[in-house]
Amino acid sequence: MIILILLSVLTVLPLWFVITGSFMGSGEFSGNFKTVLNDTTGKVSWPFLPLYPTLRSYIELLLDSPKFFIVFWNSCKQVFPSLLGQLLIAVPAAWSFARFHFKGKRIIFTIYIILMVMPFQVTMVSTYLVLDRIHLLDSHLAIIIPAIFSTFPVFIMVKFFKAIPRSLIEAARIDGAGEWKLFINIGIPMGAGGIISAMILDFLELYNAIEQPLNFIKTTSLWPLTLYLPGISVQKAGISLVASVVMLLPALLLFLYGQKYLEQGIMVTGIKE
Amino acid sequence: MKENRKAWAFLAPSFLGVIFFVLIPFSDAIKRSFKEAMGGKFVGMDNYMNVLHNEAFRIAAQNTSRFIIICVPILLLLSLVLAVMINNLKKHRSFFKTSFLIPLAIPVSSVVFLWKVVFHQNGLLNGALSVIGLEGYDWMSTKAFPVLVFSYIWKNIGYDMVLWLAGLDGISQTMYEAAAVDGANAWKKFWYITLPGLLPTVFIVTVLSILNSFKVFREAYLIAGAYPRDNNIYMLQHLFNNWFTKLDIQKMSAAAVMLALIIVAIILILQRIDTKVDRKLDIE
Repeated sequence: MIILILLSVLTVLPLWFVITGSFMGSGEFSGNFKTVLNDTTGKVSWPFLPLYPTLRSYIELLLDSPKFFIVFWNSCKQVFPSLLGQLLIAVPAAWSFARFHFKGKRIIFTIYIILMVMPFQVTMVSTYLVLDRIHLLDSHLAIIIPAIFSTFPVFIMVKFFKAIPRSLIEAARIDGAGEWKLFINIGIPMGAGGIISAMILDFLELYNAIEQPLNFIKTTSLWPLTLYLPGISVQKAGISLVASVVMLLPALLLFLYGQKYLEQGIMVTGIKE
Repeated sequence: MKENRKAWAFLAPSFLGVIFFVLIPFSDAIKRSFKEAMGGKFVGMDNYMNVLHNEAFRIAAQNTSRFIIICVPILLLLSLVLAVMINNLKKHRSFFKTSFLIPLAIPVSSVVFLWKVVFHQNGLLNGALSVIGLEGYDWMSTKAFPVLVFSYIWKNIGYDMVLWLAGLDGISQTMYEAAAVDGANAWKKFWYITLPGLLPTVFIVTVLSILNSFKVFREAYLIAGAYPRDNNIYMLQHLFNNWFTKLDIQKMSAAAVMLALIIVAIILILQRIDTKVDRKLDIE
């Protein structure tokens, strides 16, 4: 029990540091971190709580850094259309795999699983080649389009759709519901947990994307938060912690709200057919 | 026949997208991996040989495999221990689950500054080490490998823990009760019931952990840049990235094909072991 408590404290500690650190004033901040910031000698310290907590850095970031909003907006423009596209494309595909038997299903589903487990680096060249050919490089669409056809959400949702009792679907079918109706009236509401799980896992992944924008977007004004944050200059390091907090808040809140779904989403990836 | 048509109506948008944006481009990359950059003359295995003889590739491949071989077992073990401990708790389970899952929700970029402060020559970690009388390092430029190992484990421990917990959930309670009647102690129960019961989970946890290990590039890149000062963390991911900057499509295509083959091979091998174990369990 004590080990568990120690380990969980250690795990959560970084979050604590980032959040409390964001309330340091710039004086306290540069005092604590000057050795790291300027590469001079001396020790850094990160007080457990700031000595002189202040919202100054927040005000500076939120009121005086228009650039931050542009970047935040860039992240939104890349993440939400991707999620929406996945909803439109992946949900029906998952329904198809879960509900029907058709020729080639096994092999196609195997392809989906293989694609799901390939790291970004494997498909990086080929994605580049196709984005180049259709002139989408260096735009938000360079991130969105490949994300929409990710097979990962399909895989997750198939497992949830399969758990819907067949008798329920059959009963509705006998009542004269067409395939589309079955999908809308039974599939989506009964599989909602799976859809939410997939969306939460995908949000965390897309919001954290680094490889894709780094390689497919050259124009820095189109960069998302992930690439902008580490680039905040040393002189402005004070606001970098605030920016970090602002960035992690949406993800953290979504996580705390949807932890149950997140866990289910992870669990189903472990269940065998 | 009719069922086929219905199925395809739902699947088509997704599958067409996969064909157009993934499968066709990848076969294009395979083609290019056998051709010259200029003029497109067929050159057989030349690009592959170039990659294999490339010094940077060797170092990167070595580092990446070392990272996987070291990290994945540590992660599997640690997360398993955590899962078993949490599973035995009567209370506060969800509290602990939440704390170990939180890193999953924290974007890498948000902790970059903290990591720099912790692992700096005069940073927090060395400060803590000096308190107990140990000499520290300039971690990021000389000992970056353990930093990445830590980052990877920190990020993924909750994920694996949840997978193990799901596996533990699948073990029937009656077996434990029967063992208790026979007077088995906790260790025996773990060895003879829990571990065999978890075997089906091992395969998927291993595969997912290997795949997630590729994402450690994010930490490596954000902290140490495209060419880290510590050569030990120059990974395949860095190499792909840097070849990409030079638009070395031929080399990248050949390397991508090899990487894909290796990953498929690893999965097939693990799956082989997995089905063998399954069969053995069935016989027993």
